[in-house]
Amino acid sequence: YRGWCLQNARCYSVNHLSVQERIEKKRKAALTGGGQLRIAAQHKRGKLTARERLELLLDPDSFVEYDMFVEHRCSDFGMEADHNKYPGDSVVTGQGRINGRLVYVFSQDFTVFGGSLSGAHAQKVCKVMDQAMMVGAPVIGLNDSGGARIQEGVESLAGYADIFLRNVMASGVVPQISLIMGPCAGGAVYSPALTDFTFMVKDTSYLFITGPDVVKSVTNEDVTQEELGGAKTHTTVSGVAHRAFENDVDALLNLRDFFNFLPLSNKDPAPVTECHDPRDRPVPGLDTIVPFESTKAYDMLDIVHGVLDEREFFEIMPNYAKNIVVGFARMNGRTVGIVGNQPKVASGCLDVNSSVKGARFVRFCDAFNIPIITFVDVPGFLPGTAQEYGGIIRHGAKLLYAFAEATVPKITVITRKAYGGAYDVMSSKHLRGDVNYAWPSAEVAVMGAKGAVQIIFRGKENQAEAEAEYVEKFANPFPAAVRGFVDDIIQPSTTRKRLCRDLEVLASKKQTNPWKKHANIPL
Amino acid sequence: MAAYRNTPGFQRVLHAVKHVCFSKQRCGVIICRYSTVYDPNEKTFDKILIANRGEIACRVIKTCKKMGIKTVAVHSDVDSSAVHVKVADEAVCVGPAPTSKSYLNMDAIMNAIKQTGAQAVHPGYGFLSENKEFAKRLAAEGVTFIGPDTHAIQAMGDKIESKLIAKAAKVNTIPGFDGVVKDAEEAVKIAGEIGYPVMIKASAGGGGKGMRIAWNDEETREGFRFSSQEALSSFGDDRLLIEKFIDNPRHIEIQVLADKHGDALWLNERECSIQRRNQKVVEEAPSTFLDPDTRRAMGEQAVSLANAVKYSSAGTVEFLVDSKKNFYFLEMNTRLQVEHPITECITGLDLVQQMIRIAKGYKLQHKQSDIPINGWAVESRVYAEDPYKSFGLPSIGRLSQYQEPLDLPNVRVDSGIQEGSDISIYYDPMISKLVTYGKTREEALKKMEDALDNYVIRGVTHNIPLLREIIVHPRFVSGDISTKFLPEVYPDGFKGHMLTAGERRELLATAAALYVAAQLRSQKFLGDLRVSVVPAESRQWELCVELDKGVHMLGVSRSGNNYTVEIDGEKVEVSGEWNLASALLPITINGKHRTLQCLLRTAAGEISLQYLGTSFKLRVLSNLAASLSKHMPEKVPEDTSSILRSPMPGSVVAVSVKPGDNVAEGQEICVIEAMKMQNSMTAAKTAKVKSVHCKAGDTVGEGDLLVELE
Repeated sequence: YRGWCLQNARCYSVNHLSVQERIEKKRKAALTGGGQLRIAAQHKRGKLTARERLELLLDPDSFVEYDMFVEHRCSDFGMEADHNKYPGDSVVTGQGRINGRLVYVFSQDFTVFGGSLSGAHAQKVCKVMDQAMMVGAPVIGLNDSGGARIQEGVESLAGYADIFLRNVMASGVVPQISLIMGPCAGGAVYSPALTDFTFMVKDTSYLFITGPDVVKSVTNEDVTQEELGGAKTHTTVSGVAHRAFENDVDALLNLRDFFNFLPLSNKDPAPVTECHDPRDRPVPGLDTIVPFESTKAYDMLDIVHGVLDEREFFEIMPNYAKNIVVGFARMNGRTVGIVGNQPKVASGCLDVNSSVKGARFVRFCDAFNIPIITFVDVPGFLPGTAQEYGGIIRHGAKLLYAFAEATVPKITVITRKAYGGAYDVMSSKHLRGDVNYAWPSAEVAVMGAKGAVQIIFRGKENQAEAEAEYVEKFANPFPAAVRGFVDDIIQPSTTRKRLCRDLEVLASKKQTNPWKKHANIPL
Repeated sequence: MAAYRNTPGFQRVLHAVKHVCFSKQRCGVIICRYSTVYDPNEKTFDKILIANRGEIACRVIKTCKKMGIKTVAVHSDVDSSAVHVKVADEAVCVGPAPTSKSYLNMDAIMNAIKQTGAQAVHPGYGFLSENKEFAKRLAAEGVTFIGPDTHAIQAMGDKIESKLIAKAAKVNTIPGFDGVVKDAEEAVKIAGEIGYPVMIKASAGGGGKGMRIAWNDEETREGFRFSSQEALSSFGDDRLLIEKFIDNPRHIEIQVLADKHGDALWLNERECSIQRRNQKVVEEAPSTFLDPDTRRAMGEQAVSLANAVKYSSAGTVEFLVDSKKNFYFLEMNTRLQVEHPITECITGLDLVQQMIRIAKGYKLQHKQSDIPINGWAVESRVYAEDPYKSFGLPSIGRLSQYQEPLDLPNVRVDSGIQEGSDISIYYDPMISKLVTYGKTREEALKKMEDALDNYVIRGVTHNIPLLREIIVHPRFVSGDISTKFLPEVYPDGFKGHMLTAGERRELLATAAALYVAAQLRSQKFLGDLRVSVVPAESRQWELCVELDKGVHMLGVSRSGNNYTVEIDGEKVEVSGEWNLASALLPITINGKHRTLQCLLRTAAGEISLQYLGTSFKLRVLSNLAASLSKHMPEKVPEDTSSILRSPMPGSVVAVSVKPGDNVAEGQEICVIEAMKMQNSMTAAKTAKVKSVHCKAGDTVGEGDLLVELE
């Protein structure tokens, strides 16, 4: 053995050189992915390459790449040939910084086997996810993949499952964001579906379980890719995606902006950034925003924008279940989650879709220490067979559940109607609301005056008189205020000042729920 | 409606609270150039009802308060929380939103007077201000109308009669037909006799409504049709008259003040030549055009007309003045004019106070020789309109942010709205009257530039871009103006401020500085951090800035609040005390002070800046993002030539086509009415009508699809 070593001493230095060269060669190959032709084709589709995307997403020179030398291990169908091996395979992984804060990333490379998922690909993704959980930093996935690496068969399926498991393990530990920037079909869709937020790029991305061809052969429906799983479908109809952006550049720049709202992990408080908007700024427009007629609509976003730092609101699912408004913003620099009923759409009632949309958002905020501010103007749950058959009972229960279990600071402002069960649901005092305010226009009641009078005075005359009496008694903030169900009745223009002050006090709030293996939310 | 709101006690409490906020906001800043010399021994009314809304109601209430008079506001239901309601001592709802059911609803207003015990009514302008029926009903109830007698309103309100009276009073008048025109054909005949061009206008009209100019027979027929429709909808009276149209005239008017004892004064002139569609945009007092002799001659004729109709109260005699300083009587407005503040600025009189005194029966306090011209005053009418469409088509919306430039000296803002107010389709889209004052015209105009730059209006489209351009235009600055000013200066329509190379650099540099400031701030996290932040701070940025299809490579370096921006080899220094939350950006660019406004800043690098009045859209990207952007697909814009969309919110008056019709380019497709202005919508190309998405009577929003062509 010793002799072998000596014999090879001279060869070693030669070998060493060739290793250096090979490292360089492999690195260079890794950097060009599937080669210039495929890069050009990717550009022609209006898409950036996996590496260009990371360059834009992360701070300059901050990307630290892992597993650049990993290659796929398939030896069937000629895959073992050298020209079929790409250093790094079909995904680029590593960590970097967004506005100086740590993030783990993976970016699927469509130029290598259409970004298809091999065992090696999955292994690379799992590696960054594992480390992200240990360190406590978010994971961002940039999806652009044709699906499973068919040549690898079950190996590829195993890879998906490995990722799914990690998505589930990381859920509630570190924020996970998926940005769909190309195809994402079949089983692959479940990784984005398990993450906290799914964003899409308009016109160049789609998500579906089975493509138009299979749909045609099974259900005989004619549908295009865009109609079946494009950004518009998922942000307006299915509610699968949380927002869509114009193109790759727009999406990545917006993602950088979005990232600043999130804490790194469930161990970190909601981030606080430098704020130039005075915390005690009066908002005079709020004193007149609620119309005198309680049947007249107004835009809840006008209230939300008026109260927030610099009117900046990152709305989640702006085009889905528009009768509820949810999204991130800052108050005196601190990230908050906003939930508000939208009187402009379906009178702001709660229905199946808005309950689910609200519930998922509230649970994210609670998992990641983001205080929740709720603006209430809700006439109740939407009646009708469509809703009852659709399971409004179990879906509505999700929102109720989410607000009730949340232990983050919860502040509620009742701007107008808070009727019936929906009043209870919308972060009421009874569900451990920390500070609950009513505006002078608030009406906390079991139902609207007309309906109430019809029941109480069924068949009696003088309904109009009775209605007036009911209005006098209940259509105002006093019944709730005298019972302490709202802590104060506030002048609307002072809302921002009040909220900022309360958030500061509640920053040190500690509240725990009883020990359990996990709760059983009515899914 | 909630019951507590109907309880007068609670309502009053709410109002009282709101009222305090309001006066705090207004007081403490000297904004009025007029003085209300109030003699506490001169007995006046105890309570006045103001039969109007918006800024003029607020204006009247302001003087009433100074005179110790209680005020009653009337309002429609949508105006329940309007400013004029809050500042009044009492308020009465007189009906639903449409003016015919509220502010023109005499029965309801008479009831409001009875209910509140008001002794007098100030009608403001518009609405019932020149309605003789209203004045009669008030007189019958023993309530004082703060304005002229019924007789004078009637005489001057009718354009035909007023012309005859003016002639008799030896006032110069325009040649024309002194009678009502029966139909379009008679209009053509008369027009032929007088000679083109002719002006067709509503007999009962005012304010440019129901007024059309015709240069040939065909335009006369069309003008006759439009004017009679508009006259009917605006005044309920479709009688029209025709007169010689004085080409390229100035519009100069004389303010008069007359008491019930036969004394009358003229308070100098107002130059109101800057108009669009016969509605005033910028006014000033005095006029650069009048010499003292012409002024006196006009003033004396105005007074003689006032005397001829036994006029009392404040009134305005409008003249057209041609290039040779010949002046012709146009009409007399028997009310307080919109633009009265500029007269108050140069004379120091409070016209509302004088009207109230006169109505109470007092003699004039001043003699003609007491009336000065002190300094110069300019008024810009700030409207919620899109100035890029026919110099202003109405827009609606909620004032999400609103800040008047009241901390500047010598600035007066007469407004009836505040942050959060709605500009609705029901009423005039005026936001405010912005008045600046100076010892000289130059000073007043400079002040107007500052005031417009510092005026924050968000949530509705406004005409500040146009106003800002007018007041710095060389022709305007030199006083070379006429009523044709806008179409002559902007023959292809208003396009916003045209940047010079230097201004372009200033704008680019400001956007770049703003971008860098925002980037740096986004890396500043406060509090204890478990994982350290590694900021990518650098002192040098390479940026790519897009501005109307031009792309510029910029280098930016920063030290503290000072940014040095290098553009095409030229250095621009940007500094100033501003922050990312403020609407105004008071900055110094290469030593010059400028106030810009940041209208929009997005994560994707879009920045909109209001600069020299006009809003400019820029996109600031890092060099990397810019170079990658070239791969992004072009989004195909909608082909707009085959789609007709409503340019503004309003109602559909008539649709002249049906699916399958062939239309020629320029042919009328439908007529949209908004704020009582009728607008003919025409085909952008010759084509067949594919589908019609509206019908007469529909309410449409801005951008709503009306008709599709094939």
